[in-house]
Amino acid sequence: MTVETLIPVAYLIAAVTFILGLKGLSSPTTAVQGNRIAATGMLIAVIATFFAADVKGGVPIILAGVAVGGVAGFAGARTVKMTAMPQMVALFNGAGGGAAALVAILEFARQRDAGVLEFGASLATLLALIIGAVSFSGSAIAFGKLQGLITPKAFRYAGQQFVTGGIAAATALLSLVVLGGAIAGSFAIEPMLLIAVITLLALAFGVALVMPIGGADMPVVISLLNAYTGLAVAMAGFTLNNQLLIVAGTLVGASGTILTRLMSKAMNRSLGNVLFGAFGAATTAGAAAASAGLEGRSIRSIGAEDAAILLSYAQNVIVVPGYGLAVAQAQHGVRELADLLESKGINVKYAIHPVAGRMPGHMNVLLAEANVPYDKLFDMEQINPEFQRTDVALVIGANDVTNPAARSNPGSPIYGMPILDVDKAQNIIVIKRSMKPGFAGIDNDLYLDPKTAMLFGDAKDAVSKVVQELKKTA
Amino acid sequence: MTTEAIVAAYVFILAIFVGFEVVSKVPSTLHTPLMSGANAIHGIVIVGAMLVASAIPGPIGTVLGFLAVVLGTANVVGGFVVTDRMLAMFKQRPVRKRE
Repeated sequence: MTVETLIPVAYLIAAVTFILGLKGLSSPTTAVQGNRIAATGMLIAVIATFFAADVKGGVPIILAGVAVGGVAGFAGARTVKMTAMPQMVALFNGAGGGAAALVAILEFARQRDAGVLEFGASLATLLALIIGAVSFSGSAIAFGKLQGLITPKAFRYAGQQFVTGGIAAATALLSLVVLGGAIAGSFAIEPMLLIAVITLLALAFGVALVMPIGGADMPVVISLLNAYTGLAVAMAGFTLNNQLLIVAGTLVGASGTILTRLMSKAMNRSLGNVLFGAFGAATTAGAAAASAGLEGRSIRSIGAEDAAILLSYAQNVIVVPGYGLAVAQAQHGVRELADLLESKGINVKYAIHPVAGRMPGHMNVLLAEANVPYDKLFDMEQINPEFQRTDVALVIGANDVTNPAARSNPGSPIYGMPILDVDKAQNIIVIKRSMKPGFAGIDNDLYLDPKTAMLFGDAKDAVSKVVQELKKTA
Repeated sequence: MTTEAIVAAYVFILAIFVGFEVVSKVPSTLHTPLMSGANAIHGIVIVGAMLVASAIPGPIGTVLGFLAVVLGTANVVGGFVVTDRMLAMFKQRPVRKRE
């Protein structure tokens, strides 16, 4: 028995750790452990692969690649701010997709040189290449949109469907040519040239797929691309006849699909609607309606002192945190504010919209970072009936998830999205930098409500000013 | 169909069911860490990258192989570390409460 015969055993162990890891990640008590179990399995699989016969000559290349990729990945993951996490996940996901596409290209070239091209393996190779490349460029665009490098607005132009459809059709057509060649055993056109063109087309398709989607929908898109990469990896597993790649890739593909559906459900949208519709198409009508509504109504602005007084006379306060709080790193200040209010006997709760921040669960992570007790966080269904009994709703950097237009204005692009019923509170204080619309690019009727007072400023500064005012009265 | 292909198809289909089953009940708090953890797991593509890194002799093959390993490693390492950082924030909560 040689070391090489043990490799499949190591792969089997790794596959089991991935299942246990995913299972662990699904529950709060076992999540940390789950992640580490999966990481251990990954390490076992990588070490075992070094002993594979195919690897022998490539060890220097592999070690160099592992060093570069490892340092880049580790540094990126350690230094990224928690607010920028969604785009970081997008970036790592794109890296995985790109790797899957490159593996497909190399394996295709190897099979061609060895003269063993056949239909099944070539089909899997093409799928790994196309899906991986789409995930790579799509993730890059998603990263750019969240990072503010590209406009987060939905990018649309006349005849867009035809261009996107044309790219897809050309990709499919060229793939059929490659498959035909693989069956016949001879190619009319140099197959590596075809593969190169298919790669470029797939990259273009990824861009065309994500560009028309607005920034507010990016979490769903990243989750979907995550599932895509999983599928690409599974296909690469078919090509290489490697069971571990099939198991791990498929696990992620399947669980990622479920997660994507859960996320779109939280926004009350179907996945098709996110990908092909809504925001872009409806924005013009919605914006017109909203700007008509703005006329003749005025907003009320208050200072930190008034806000402190309003809060200190309240009995029940609900804090509604949003992305603005995350960007300003105001979570620690907010906890201090909440502690102060509680020391005065005021009841403070946090209302977490399913898509608050940039991803489901993102806001929970940020507040946990500031040591906000878990039992103070309430999700939308739990907290919505309580707004009527609330004296002050303190909205910090949240916008679209509080917009009553989602309930009342069928012309609004976010109509039908479940929102926090902030407008039902007795008083509303909104901390916001300016009247600029939120990520969905639409105005918020809540700010025009006579019960609403706007406290303009950076979330962190504004909160710390309110804290200081509260301390004076204490 | 060859036996190998059929076995691979079995593995694929069964893994779909396991994937659906494993994450069907997740509290929304954990959606982001779960996505990130799943993201790290598809970094297993690094094994594929290692297997083909030296498959094609010559500079182009070497460069592509090197890039595949770099991207795969970044996916694995970055994915697990970011997930661990996210989860570490959940963990410290009970400690704080006791203070």
